Amino acid sequence: MTPDTWNDIAFMLELLAQALVTGIFMGGVYALMSVGLGLIFGLMKVINFAQPDFMMLGMYGAFFCITFVGGMGFAGPFLTPLLAALVAALAVGLFGWLIHRGLMSRVLSESQGGQDAQVMMTLGLSLILQNGALLLFGANPHTIQTPLSSEAWSLDFLFFNKGKALSFGVAIALTVILQLFMTRTRTGKSMRAAADNPEAAVYMGIDVTFVHRLGFAIGIAITAAAGALIANYTPFQPYIGMDFLILMFASVVLGGLGSISGAFWGGMTIGMMQQLSTVFLPIQLQNMVVFVAFLLIVLIRPQGLFGRVSERI
Amino acid sequence: MSSPIESRGPWLPIIAVLGIGVALALLLGSEFHLNLLVLVILWMVLALSWNMISGYAALISFGHAVFFGLGAYAIVLLQLKLQLTPWLGLPLAIAIGAAAGALIGVITLRLSGVYFALAMLCYPMALIYLFEYIGLQEVTVPMHRETPLWFMQFESQRAYAFLALGLLAVTLVLSAGIERSRFGVWLRAIKQNEAAASALGIDCFRWKLLALTLSGAVGAAAGALYAEVVLVITPWSVFGVAVSAQALVLTLFGGVGTLWGPVIGAALLVPMSELLKHEFGAILPGINGVIFGVLVIAIVIFAPQGLFWRLREMMGKTAAEDPSPGERPRHAPVRGVVPAALAPRADGREVLLRVRGLRRAFGGVVAVDDASFDVVQGEILGIIGPNGAGKTTLMNLINGFIPPDGGSAELHGTEIIGQPVHRIASIGIGRTFQVARVFPKMTLFGNVAVGAIAGSRDGTWREAAWRAIDLAGLRERAGVLGSEATARDLRLMELARAAALHPKLLLVDECLAGLSTDEVEEMVAALQRLREAGTTIVIIEHTMQAMVRLADRFLVLDHGTVIADGTPREVMHNPIVLEAYLGRRFAEGLTHAAA
Repeated sequence: MTPDTWNDIAFMLELLAQALVTGIFMGGVYALMSVGLGLIFGLMKVINFAQPDFMMLGMYGAFFCITFVGGMGFAGPFLTPLLAALVAALAVGLFGWLIHRGLMSRVLSESQGGQDAQVMMTLGLSLILQNGALLLFGANPHTIQTPLSSEAWSLDFLFFNKGKALSFGVAIALTVILQLFMTRTRTGKSMRAAADNPEAAVYMGIDVTFVHRLGFAIGIAITAAAGALIANYTPFQPYIGMDFLILMFASVVLGGLGSISGAFWGGMTIGMMQQLSTVFLPIQLQNMVVFVAFLLIVLIRPQGLFGRVSERI
Repeated sequence: MSSPIESRGPWLPIIAVLGIGVALALLLGSEFHLNLLVLVILWMVLALSWNMISGYAALISFGHAVFFGLGAYAIVLLQLKLQLTPWLGLPLAIAIGAAAGALIGVITLRLSGVYFALAMLCYPMALIYLFEYIGLQEVTVPMHRETPLWFMQFESQRAYAFLALGLLAVTLVLSAGIERSRFGVWLRAIKQNEAAASALGIDCFRWKLLALTLSGAVGAAAGALYAEVVLVITPWSVFGVAVSAQALVLTLFGGVGTLWGPVIGAALLVPMSELLKHEFGAILPGINGVIFGVLVIAIVIFAPQGLFWRLREMMGKTAAEDPSPGERPRHAPVRGVVPAALAPRADGREVLLRVRGLRRAFGGVVAVDDASFDVVQGEILGIIGPNGAGKTTLMNLINGFIPPDGGSAELHGTEIIGQPVHRIASIGIGRTFQVARVFPKMTLFGNVAVGAIAGSRDGTWREAAWRAIDLAGLRERAGVLGSEATARDLRLMELARAAALHPKLLLVDECLAGLSTDEVEEMVAALQRLREAGTTIVIIEHTMQAMVRLADRFLVLDHGTVIADGTPREVMHNPIVLEAYLGRRFAEGLTHAAA
């Protein structure tokens, strides 16, 4: 082989390695937002169409936090976005709690319209959130100005974008904390019990309504946190949720509907798939790859890549 | 049984709706209002298209924009690249929509519920990025100033309004036709209980595919006209989530599963949204979306089934979705209870069903192992055996719910193993279920009627249904809604529904479990009447007293194997059977005592 061919191959490998790094960083944040959606689906079996719009609220929340405290000078470029993400997550999570209390809890039983009503309720919410954001914040895209998004650590030919790395780290940390909460604490365990069999959970003395409400709020908060983390390197506007709608659902279905760790690995896979595809395909098609992959997955393995077959005919 | 609207037919209201449309098209003066009218009608058509698959067949689609977008792009691209007139482009766009519906159906209809809904969302989203990538971010209908009429270009929106009304008329008639045809009955049955529908001989996949194909055609037609009206389309404007959501929201708002839902939803919501956008769009962008969302949530809370069903409820009408396809008796009944009853019974010991070596394992557990037996014409064969003996699995193998690992089963010499459930049912095997499978939104009469319609090729299903109901002794409970019926009602209904199909062989799975003594007597009497009418019956049951009176012959299963076969008396004294039921030591004691 000529040196040229060797150079091409080496260049290709560099591209692949870089795409993999970016894919893992992006995947971590996708994983976090999908975990939020997966938690809510697992608990209430509700397809929450408004989930990406709560994520959008998280983005604006973090943006306004940082603007309010006067930019990155408040606690440095690392800590400020992190604190903003946490504040935004808490605020949006509280909002989620109120939404569940006021609206979602009215359509949970079959006599209140069942699945149709739930889908419609979340669609209505989505409309209100998107257009409400348009009313309040305008259509112009915003970004969180952070020096980190244009800085990188380099390792030979690989670059580790500081903004993405920070977001990735926080996303992983939050996922681990949630997992510990679900498996180690009494509340977390009762949440899992209520997800598995609400009726049996009631007989075990679990306040299922409370646990559902808490789970809904946590799921919303987590997705909002993911939004706040992405906002560090992505411009956003009120309709950004639509771009993430399929991506989130793809991750959750990929991991097996209702499983939290499944949703996490689903999100990681989708992130990497999306980034790796850019090496071989035009960048405009990276989202199409996600949809096609999603279709293939539901057709071939509807229980998800990481899920078990639990439904019997 | 059916409400006045159904019995009078939907034709008068349809004419009224179209009349209002024509009147508005003639009376409205401003181009803005005429354009609004066109939009209302086109969204109405798209919502009607959504209702065809998601309302009648309950396969909620989150991606109906795929058809709308394909229609829109097809008509514009044909005009742009091939100079083809939209008058020909429109039928081509419709054909493309139908083809897309069929193709998507073949791929996606294997899924159900959430998975179907989400998979549908992928198609338009993938096309958005594909169309952006191949350079169709924005396409414009080219102006043809010399021959505007030939290119569907009119000076006034009024002409488009009439075009859209024509499309609406076709769509309404098509929807009404579906609702009133056997096809509509099948879709409703599939929606309410797919397993029960296929056990009645309904080919669920085929009918769902037809529904999606029609839906695709109508959706594409709406999209094509939309493109001709708005002149500029982008992937997001025709394939976007907003389009899919619009179809869904308008229908859910108005009421799912009736053609009036989309009509009401579009007539109320679209003008409101557009007028708000027009009035306040500049100062308060998004206000129309917010109010739209608030209205959607309000309807979910106050009328979760949609306005139409809520209004009917307030007018004191039942919400029963009973089938009522046209009844046009053309010739004498071909199949019926009467001819079968006259058939010679059991005298020639003619074998109806011949089962040989049937076998099925689940993992390591062999549920049915090399089962071989005959069912004789006209008899009642009781299958008994301890829990987990493989009785229900045997029934599922014979009626096709579960494919066997090996073996054969012939009904009158026709091999049925390997055939799909619906074909086995139409060959002549009916069944009832251990846990009753009801069409919950139909009355018990409606449930039985589905069986009767499936069982009759002529228009005499109503009499057939009543005959079956009388056979089961269910007449005074016939008007009860499926979801509100008692266990006894449901068991009798399943018997009647299966009997209305006129099966040669009826498989009855534990129809006495959990019933009171009186109810057991009713059930036994109904089964005996069925046998008198000429139906051969295989029944699984634990209640021995009833079984001894009912069955001519017993087949005993244990661990998936046939361990005994004979008259009740023979079987009851068979030591192997006693051992299987009572354990070896007890059985030995009994046989010693008998000796």
